[in-house]
Amino acid sequence: MARELWKGNEAIAEAAVRAGCQAYFGYPITPQTELLEYMSRRMPELGRAFVQAESELGAVNMVYGAACTGVRVMSSSSSPGVSLMMEGISYIAGTEVPAVLVDVMRGGPGLGNIAPAQADYNQIVHGGGHGDYYPIVLAPASVQEAVDLTVLAFDLAEKYRSVTVVLLDGSLGQMMEPAEMPPMQPLKKEFPAWATRGAENRERRMLSSIYLNPPDQEVTNLRLLRRWKEVEANEVRFKTYYLEDAEYVVMGFGSAGRVALSAVRAARAEGIKVGLLRPITVSPFPVQAVDAAVRQCKAGLVVEMNAGQMLEDVLRVNNNRIPFEFFARMGGIVPFPDEILAEIRRLAQGKASLEGHPRDRWLERVAAQA
Amino acid sequence: MQTDIIIAGFGGQGVLFAGQLLAYAGLGEGKEVTWIPSYGPEMRGGTANCTVIIADEEIGSPMVRNPQAVIAMNRPSLDKYEPLMRPGGLLVVNASMVDRKVKRTDLRVVEVPANEIAESLGDKRMTNMVLLGSLIANLPIIQLTSIETALKEHLPERHHRLLPQNYQALAKGAELLAA
Amino acid sequence: MTTTLDPELEQLVYERPDSLVDCATHYCPGCTHGVAHRLIAEVIDEMGIREKTIGVASVGCSVFAYNYFNFDFVQAPHGRAPAMATGVKRVLPDRFVITYQGDGDMASIGMAEVVHAAARGENICVFFINNANYGMTGGQMAPTTLPGQKTSSSPSGRDIETQGYPIRAAELLATLDGASYVVRRSLHDPKNIRLAKKAIRTAFEVQARGLGFSMVEMLSICPTNWGMTPLQSLQWLEEKMVPYYALNDFKVHPAVAEIRI
Repeated sequence: MARELWKGNEAIAEAAVRAGCQAYFGYPITPQTELLEYMSRRMPELGRAFVQAESELGAVNMVYGAACTGVRVMSSSSSPGVSLMMEGISYIAGTEVPAVLVDVMRGGPGLGNIAPAQADYNQIVHGGGHGDYYPIVLAPASVQEAVDLTVLAFDLAEKYRSVTVVLLDGSLGQMMEPAEMPPMQPLKKEFPAWATRGAENRERRMLSSIYLNPPDQEVTNLRLLRRWKEVEANEVRFKTYYLEDAEYVVMGFGSAGRVALSAVRAARAEGIKVGLLRPITVSPFPVQAVDAAVRQCKAGLVVEMNAGQMLEDVLRVNNNRIPFEFFARMGGIVPFPDEILAEIRRLAQGKASLEGHPRDRWLERVAAQA
Repeated sequence: MQTDIIIAGFGGQGVLFAGQLLAYAGLGEGKEVTWIPSYGPEMRGGTANCTVIIADEEIGSPMVRNPQAVIAMNRPSLDKYEPLMRPGGLLVVNASMVDRKVKRTDLRVVEVPANEIAESLGDKRMTNMVLLGSLIANLPIIQLTSIETALKEHLPERHHRLLPQNYQALAKGAELLAA
Repeated sequence: MTTTLDPELEQLVYERPDSLVDCATHYCPGCTHGVAHRLIAEVIDEMGIREKTIGVASVGCSVFAYNYFNFDFVQAPHGRAPAMATGVKRVLPDRFVITYQGDGDMASIGMAEVVHAAARGENICVFFINNANYGMTGGQMAPTTLPGQKTSSSPSGRDIETQGYPIRAAELLATLDGASYVVRRSLHDPKNIRLAKKAIRTAFEVQARGLGFSMVEMLSICPTNWGMTPLQSLQWLEEKMVPYYALNDFKVHPAVAEIRI
């Protein structure tokens, strides 16, 4: 299949269609609405289910219902809408049915704005719904990667009976880039042994997240945890750039990661031996890759479009071994490469510190500039 | 190698479509491209701009602070981007809509009476094509024929009778070279 | 002395429907949930659709409905059963999909879901149990609690000045064009129970014909939380609830009116 120019949101929608998504339920919210609009045309054309729900609460529970029938199903939203979906996410996780959610993040908290941000990291990665559950979270940095990861999201959701989230910011949703679409997969004809599709010639089945007897709930909690250990062992994905001989490492996911790539190239042009580690699965987090970079490098920099949410996961792995600095733009602002380049230069000048917290030092630098 | 271009103007001037054509043309030549619209509150505020990056390797930041090339389709766009451009950059100005001269002396400047040229060819809506033609002629990163191919492939079928005029608009613009 | 029954004369007049599981329920003595369960199960048996039915349980006393019905069941978050049922039905349009919801679930937290399922004309049946309080959590005020009715969260009686008025869900849903069959019945005596069963059957027939959304509201009793005996409760329902919640057909689509049961 040839590469074509696709808008991020629409590319994700078409990739989902090709991955065999049989039902889509959503609610309009900027900057993900093109995804819903695309599905509103494409799904009926293929005889598949599309419903514009009354709310994100409605949408996620339609996803829940459809997921119980064993088909591939998804929804998409943006930050405030995703907050509303958290109830359903927790139930879906607790019922152990597969579902795919796309979160095209925007500035927040609250109504915030419609500009790109990465501030849902904690909510998605560390679980915004109640209870112990572990979503798989894939963070694309380009339209092609968004396509590939959408397909992967359906596979992983099914394999691990898990909620899988494709987490991107609004700029990637709005951007156009070349992408090669995957081949069209046929819809599923065989369904798992847990699917509730009518008890024809078999015992009835029940799907629920309720375990009123605490020991039964604990057994479920342990099952979820063990399954997550499998995910951690098998599904970590990340990409490195210029890291082979690097003395300094920059880390960032999604758009922050790709903006950092431009900065890393510019720094290399200045002779600074710096590389980039861009987590693709932010959950499971690429702990070993971060650890290896920490062992190799003199200092690190975490770049995000939030107040340092992934930073905490990096610092946990670093465990105060090498100095880390932090840089962020927030509120819907995408950093420019030169801002990150300035931070890389600081690393190379030996200005990174082990004292205190990187976020606090960054805040002081911001205050000093103001 | 990476070239970044910002096209800016009023909504309705064909800013986003001109950018998309550039991206399609780059794609047609097997290059890496990104196209990103101005995106945020200003999206509905009357001005429109998009950033197009054409490169031969994986593209990092999709947005640029200091573009190498700018098409300024109106005065506010010129005011906004002239100071931001990289020294030696290419600035294509729609002289029909701008009532001042470019101040900087370290830029390559083309002043194109694009509205008048488009009107003389029969349709003011081709202003963006005139400016795009001039940009391509002065910034030889992609072939004009690739733009023509992209136009043919992405102009809605019902407008295909307008293709020859649009090719003419591109060619007229391409005649105007930077001093 | 023992009596031997003559097998020739023995007649089975009452048995457990196949669509109900042979088990004890958690419902309180005298509660009419059991009656509603049985009516639904009998209709499913009579129509021979047990293997094609998928139920959506709600949150409240009926949270365990899936333990008692002998067909596939999923269990929704509080109030979301109509949304979940939408998801199931859209993927499996040839199955019968039903929700079974109480008044807190459907008429309070889940009002948006049921209203929009009805507005869309989702081809599902909603069975709505109105017992004028939150049963599961211990008898708090529900959207259906009558003015002046004492509950554990309206200890002086529901004060309409501060706590507003009850919601007549059937009348409300009947205003929506997408709803094809919306009726209220009561479970307080045999005659009304028979009428309720007929309504349940009609609702299933509506779904079988693809006519869209149906809702059967059933006035029910909650002796435990009302602090009455079952008999007193039945009388209270008849005397207090029926005057407020009229037993009526609020919406009958012309095509539904032609259905003969």
